[in-house]
Amino acid sequence: MRLSGKAWALIALAVIIALAPLAFPSSFYYRVGALILINGLAVTGLVILFGYAGQISLGHAGFAGIGGYAAALIPIHLGVHPVFGLIAGAILSAGLAFLIGRPVLRLKGYYLAVATLGFGILVYLVLNNEAQLTGGPDGMSVERLGLRALSDALGLGLNTSQVWYWFMGVVLLIGAYLALNLFTSPTGRALRSLHDSEVAAGTLGVDVARYKLTAFVISAVYASLAGSLQALLNGFVTPDVAGFLHSIQWVTMTVLGGAGTVLGAIFGAAVLTALPQALTVFKEYEHMMLGLIMMVVMVFMPAGLFPSLAKLFRRVR
Amino acid sequence: MRLFSKTVVAGGLLLLAADPALAEIRIGSVLSVTGPASFLGDPELKTLEMLVEEVNAAGGINGEEIALIHYDDGGDANQARTLATRLVEDDEVIAVIGGSTTGVTLAVAPVFEEAGIPFISLAGAVSIINPVNPWVFKTPHTDRMACEKIFTDLNARGLSQIGLISGQGGFGSSMREQCLDVAGDFGIEVLADETYAPRDSDMTPQLTSIAATDGIEAVVNPGFGQGPAIVTRNFAQLGIELPLYQSHGVASDAFIELAGESANGVRLPGSATLIVDLLAEDDPQHDVVTAYRDAFEGHFDEPVSTFGGYAHDAFWIMVSAIETAGSTDGEAIRQAIEATTGWVGVTGEFNMSPEDHMGLDLSAFRMLEIVDGDWTLVE
Repeated sequence: MRLSGKAWALIALAVIIALAPLAFPSSFYYRVGALILINGLAVTGLVILFGYAGQISLGHAGFAGIGGYAAALIPIHLGVHPVFGLIAGAILSAGLAFLIGRPVLRLKGYYLAVATLGFGILVYLVLNNEAQLTGGPDGMSVERLGLRALSDALGLGLNTSQVWYWFMGVVLLIGAYLALNLFTSPTGRALRSLHDSEVAAGTLGVDVARYKLTAFVISAVYASLAGSLQALLNGFVTPDVAGFLHSIQWVTMTVLGGAGTVLGAIFGAAVLTALPQALTVFKEYEHMMLGLIMMVVMVFMPAGLFPSLAKLFRRVR
Repeated sequence: MRLFSKTVVAGGLLLLAADPALAEIRIGSVLSVTGPASFLGDPELKTLEMLVEEVNAAGGINGEEIALIHYDDGGDANQARTLATRLVEDDEVIAVIGGSTTGVTLAVAPVFEEAGIPFISLAGAVSIINPVNPWVFKTPHTDRMACEKIFTDLNARGLSQIGLISGQGGFGSSMREQCLDVAGDFGIEVLADETYAPRDSDMTPQLTSIAATDGIEAVVNPGFGQGPAIVTRNFAQLGIELPLYQSHGVASDAFIELAGESANGVRLPGSATLIVDLLAEDDPQHDVVTAYRDAFEGHFDEPVSTFGGYAHDAFWIMVSAIETAGSTDGEAIRQAIEATTGWVGVTGEFNMSPEDHMGLDLSAFRMLEIVDGDWTLVE
């Protein structure tokens, strides 16, 4: 039996997630692992927007903010389980992406970047200033999802970080599976045709505006889920989750790893989430070093770290 | 019989292992040394490093040296949470000092609570210790206390109708809420309630509106950064002849420099660190504040700050608690911190209890007035 590229990518991802803990010296690394997987989920969404459809967004953390605060606020005000907060956040983000996507996606290049940037900053400002609802810049606590309690009930004996690592592993595999499926579907082919040339795609009968919007909404849902999950993991959320820097981190991860492939972007998320932990000693120089790494990769490996390394590997073989 | 003795030996060994002997004492810290809150984190870290050096040079705690394991969170709560997990799981610290801001403190506190590690925060808000979390303590005064101090002074001057002009940042909005909340207890009426954004460069409209409100007798400005300095300048430019109160958030020489001439006559609640030379010889805080100022300024060649003082107090409370506990057992240290009473620090006199994990009262604040560009103590 011959496996498709999609299946290989998923198997590789599953094996890496399953085997990585063997190299973890302490359970702190599970926490970093869980964060990598959460960022991995967000950048998988960005691959659909950047890599498939060829659009840019500098404001996706805005959707993470909506997801994060939905997970925090909905259980408090409606008295429901936090999982409904997560779902409601995703629906809200999708709706908002649909509304703003129509006008915003008419813009191209820099203009699109600036418009999405503005959206992210707006969400950040609202979360910061509506202090009576969101707790303002000090943030607010988030009800537990109950994963730890579930694991204890099953007698697995895992701590919070470990539970979340395995849970996020499963979530990311599902997210990656859906994104990879989309790639080879008719919708995915239409999206990729936009990436190459909108005019050509249009003349071939692809509804350009609709497909751009589809990609935007899907990626917003991924970002929203990542925001909710991060809030639930921490049991706490601050407006930083919707901050400009958070958007930029995601874009950097996606582009560094390789915006065209899901695995590449997740690889980028892993590198850029783990690196600051390795660089804590050089905290003052962290941004400088990240910038330097980014520049070197962009100059010498314009397709991104992952595709370039994969190519090199094939050549050596 | 052999089985029995083996069991006894094994049990004894287990007991030995369960009682953690004092080895190197690992104290962790997470502070915002870079980023928007670096003006807090920087003097805090410097103070901690200076004091660790001092204690180790004097032979450590009960003969064991302190190892300070520090991480910088850059003011980001998510990052702080990761670093807190790292301190607990990877570095296996026995106690933690840190959390420069309220947001960071509230984000990391559950990590230490879950692991049973005593944690002393250096952040302001009352929500850190109310409701009481058995594992979480704090040394700075709260913004609520600052409001109470200001209102007490207003009462003494026979003033009761005020206008509020607050910054929209975390500090300003939190203090505004606390002031509105306690105003009633002091018979204070808030007749005007204006705000400004952290980067606004002109507050004349808000001040004009406050000054035009009937019956206003004083103006209070919760906020920090450059906003309060601009408010003070505009206040003087408009020629408003009312008492102006600033908060402890601008209790530093930098404020006088920024506000210049117009700072004269402004009152604010501040800590003893600001007025070291004005303290009476017999003031209970005189010796500790002088010693800290001299040590800090001798070490770093920069003026001492209120914020470093928070770290100073947290460190000594932690060290004496570890000394009293005589072990690195979290519960023993926690109880020793909780039993801190009558200890005079740079910030004030600490009287902790199971219900009060800060232990300061209003005497920790001094009402200061700026006269001729310098601090004076209001009696």
